[in-house]
Amino acid sequence: MNQENIRNFCIIAHIDHGKSTLADRIIEKTGTLTSREMQAQVLDNMDLERERGITIKAQAVRVIYKAQNGEEYVFNLIDTPGHVDFNYEVSRSLAACDGAVLVVDAAQGIEAQTLANVYMAIDHDLEVIPVINKIDLPSAEPERVIEEIEDVIGLEAHDAPLISAKNDINIEQVLEAIVERIPAPQGDASAPLQALIFDSIYDSYKGVIVFIRVREGTIKVGTTVKMMATGAEANVVEVGYFGAGKFIPCDGLTAGMVGYFTASIKNVRDTMVGDTVTDAQRPCSEPLPGYKKVQSMVYCGMYPADGAHYEDLRDALEKLKLNDASLNYEPETSVALGFGFRCGFLGLLHLEIIEERLEREYNLDLVTTAPSVIYKVMKTDGTMIDLTNPTNLPDPSEIEYMEEPMVEAEIMVTSDYIGPIMELCQERRGVYKEIEYIEANRAILRYDLPLNEIIYDFFDALKSRSRGYASLDYELKGYERSKLVKLDILINREEVDALSFIVHADSAYERGRKMCEKLKEEIPRHLFEIPIQAAIGSKIIARETVKALRKDVLAKCYGGDITRKRKLLEKQKEGKKRMRQIGNVEIPQKAFMSVLKLDDR
Amino acid sequence: MEKLELYIHIPFCVQKCRYCDFVSFANCEEQFASYVDALCREIESCREKYSDYVISSVYIGGGTPSILSADQIQKITDSLFRNFNIVNTKERHKGLFLQKKIRPTTEFSIECNPGIVSKADFSAYKKAGINRISFGLQSAIDEELRTLGRIHTYEDFVRSFEDAREAGFDNINVDIMQAIPGQTMISWQMTLGQVGTWHPEHISAYSLIIEDGTDFQKWLKKGKTISGEERDGIFLPDGSVKMLPSEEEERDIYYFTRDMLEKSGYKRYEISNFAVPGFACSHNIGYWKRENYLGLGLHASSMVANVRWKNTDDLSAYIQDPENVHEEEQKLTVKEQMEEFMFLGLRLTQGITRTDFVNTFHRDIDLVYGPVLDDLYDQSMIEFAEDAIRLTQKGIDVSNQVLAEFLIDSKQES
Repeated sequence: MNQENIRNFCIIAHIDHGKSTLADRIIEKTGTLTSREMQAQVLDNMDLERERGITIKAQAVRVIYKAQNGEEYVFNLIDTPGHVDFNYEVSRSLAACDGAVLVVDAAQGIEAQTLANVYMAIDHDLEVIPVINKIDLPSAEPERVIEEIEDVIGLEAHDAPLISAKNDINIEQVLEAIVERIPAPQGDASAPLQALIFDSIYDSYKGVIVFIRVREGTIKVGTTVKMMATGAEANVVEVGYFGAGKFIPCDGLTAGMVGYFTASIKNVRDTMVGDTVTDAQRPCSEPLPGYKKVQSMVYCGMYPADGAHYEDLRDALEKLKLNDASLNYEPETSVALGFGFRCGFLGLLHLEIIEERLEREYNLDLVTTAPSVIYKVMKTDGTMIDLTNPTNLPDPSEIEYMEEPMVEAEIMVTSDYIGPIMELCQERRGVYKEIEYIEANRAILRYDLPLNEIIYDFFDALKSRSRGYASLDYELKGYERSKLVKLDILINREEVDALSFIVHADSAYERGRKMCEKLKEEIPRHLFEIPIQAAIGSKIIARETVKALRKDVLAKCYGGDITRKRKLLEKQKEGKKRMRQIGNVEIPQKAFMSVLKLDDR
Repeated sequence: MEKLELYIHIPFCVQKCRYCDFVSFANCEEQFASYVDALCREIESCREKYSDYVISSVYIGGGTPSILSADQIQKITDSLFRNFNIVNTKERHKGLFLQKKIRPTTEFSIECNPGIVSKADFSAYKKAGINRISFGLQSAIDEELRTLGRIHTYEDFVRSFEDAREAGFDNINVDIMQAIPGQTMISWQMTLGQVGTWHPEHISAYSLIIEDGTDFQKWLKKGKTISGEERDGIFLPDGSVKMLPSEEEERDIYYFTRDMLEKSGYKRYEISNFAVPGFACSHNIGYWKRENYLGLGLHASSMVANVRWKNTDDLSAYIQDPENVHEEEQKLTVKEQMEEFMFLGLRLTQGITRTDFVNTFHRDIDLVYGPVLDDLYDQSMIEFAEDAIRLTQKGIDVSNQVLAEFLIDSKQES
């Protein structure tokens, strides 16, 4: 295929604006799939993705489009994840493209992630084609949204296709716009190989399947490739491109093409997203720009509910890690929970997805501790340590100071809710930067916020306090010194290490009080009174009491039906097994996540 | 000779009570005769198998046994006397006692619903060998009786009680119920006071438990008390709402019952049972002490020589072939026997003894339950009195929690 007739593009959108549905339509229209083969959303492979309605892993598909000018075009559609947790993956996907279709909901208009994605696309020099979706909704205001795009983003949008991906309206206009407006890829097929890895997945037969965009040169079966950042080398076994939902081998990929290769690579860590693939015998002079090692932002402890399943959990994590380079874990132990793992994630959504996959795909019953960010602790001896588990905080006398990660947050909100959202940001220790009115009734609030205030329930609070009209985007800014303390929780006077968390000194009382209240609700009544206390060091700052159970008598004997009585007692005992025993107290598993649910508005 | 208790189930009622989930049927009088026949056939079939056992107590329960005619009852008792070694409940058995020196009277009870038994019926029961009457009164407050779906009034009970006494019954139990929807401490005190005036030898004071599949369970919803407190209530079909007593009220009612009855000469021998000395229900105690018992009739449970089973709960199947109705037969493992020994025995106020445990299982109780006993003792749930281990008042209050501790984890066992 002539390089002139290739179009590499992606679709960008705020969550729920219809990106995946449009992708489905494009695949359908280009005829590589019959309607019958279409699952509801072809690109979203995993069950979990379908249920949550979001795309977790970037994927790609190659389709053939016969344009109105009579020529056939290869479309490489590269799907991008829609959540801020996966921003880096988004940026690498964008780097593999030459253009982007920007989907904006005709009713909702521009939102925080729309902006963030557009800016990212423009940063990558992509040609951005705006498309107005959901025009058949009663609340659609395409004219207003077009104006918004022109005023706020500065993109020419007056000839933007007005479509309904769901109901198949004007999709051809999008396809023609892709042919006309997105530039064909550049690059020299005979130059030294230079290809960008934008994703990879592990397959138990083929090893790692590496998704690449070839910038320069050619990759073929037999090429010895070298990953420039990780240094890994391997012999290419197979190259190919992406059919819808399947891999189609071919002889080679040349400059401008998008496809995959396999080379019996055992670990996705050797093929990090963003790395450059070159020919080991004839390397290119420098890697493609922009490679970053993915950093875990959020850590939490994961423990099997039943200690006997520790091995199962380890095996499951190992398998998930093969497919997810951004998942980190290492063994840890907790007095309260026994043997488990401290796991690192890109963000809270990533954490929840992994947790769900462990429970669903590997049938594990988990106890998850409260998430924590990575703090930097400067010790009095001059060494700086990274703290991922609050339990490991050195004695206060050994701490010179502590730093916490900060983010630059952009919150887009309608003017009605600016007040409540600013209040929320203040409560969460936000430092106000500026407010920018992008329209008469809409503004972007910019705050610097500590990451640890965002990972808890910030998204939920944002949504509930703005009735869903606020959206958030953020980027890690760096570390700042902060007055942090470790809050310990004592249950029946015993410290429960898995419930400790780091909190800013000013909000310690508030958090401690709410935490005790929450735990009081979660912990069932026992035969004795259970004090629940929050403490900083040896100082108790909050207390609640779970009153002793006063009555639980099974009065009737059921005429000698002892089996029935036994069943009742067994049920009682079984209920206890689903809890964690701390000292004499049985704590339900979900109590360990209580700290996530402290925003009570 | 080994001892055996007999339980006879009569699965018929005039009307199903709103809290009852036992196997019993209303409005099927046409079945009575064939059921009694089937029951007698089952009794007959046991003759050989249990010829080595001496019967230590007989209990005819239900349902409402007194719904049958006195003749039908007599037919059943006659069959029992013919086929089992039951001694000394009738005059004609006195000679046997002197020969064999076994206990002078075998307790022989029947459950009666107040109001539907005549004086003549009681005399017939007496003649048939029955020597103990158990009345299901439940409450002395007619409104509470209506709430429960009972078919009698308090007046009906008074008449029946006097009739039973006149017929010569000197061992009478009255069942009363705590935690009836709408019950208060005051109404309970009235019930207890009224019952006390008749001096029954035995009082069972149970708490209502809302069971799955009952009317009460269907009508259970959260409601608000007059003081605005949110609590469970029963929303009756007539539109009225009866709140369930709070945990605290129920406890107060329980303590009051114990104190008042003990002052009036009753002794609590089991969590819910009180008796004038010498009149504790030996049939009831047998269950807690794991005596052998044979259940006859529809859906009756049995345990003989550490094998448990139940009869079918299919009435027509039972009537058709009452000799082949055993279901869920299960040989108890030693682990299960030990568990039962504990969770049944501890319901008695006297508790269990270490010696009995050793004699039964040939193992020291501490080897099996040492840590559990220590733990419960530390929490003041149980107390030790020389050889005995028994629940404290605190332990009785939360006995379900305590008794569940005696179930042995299967992992632990292996």
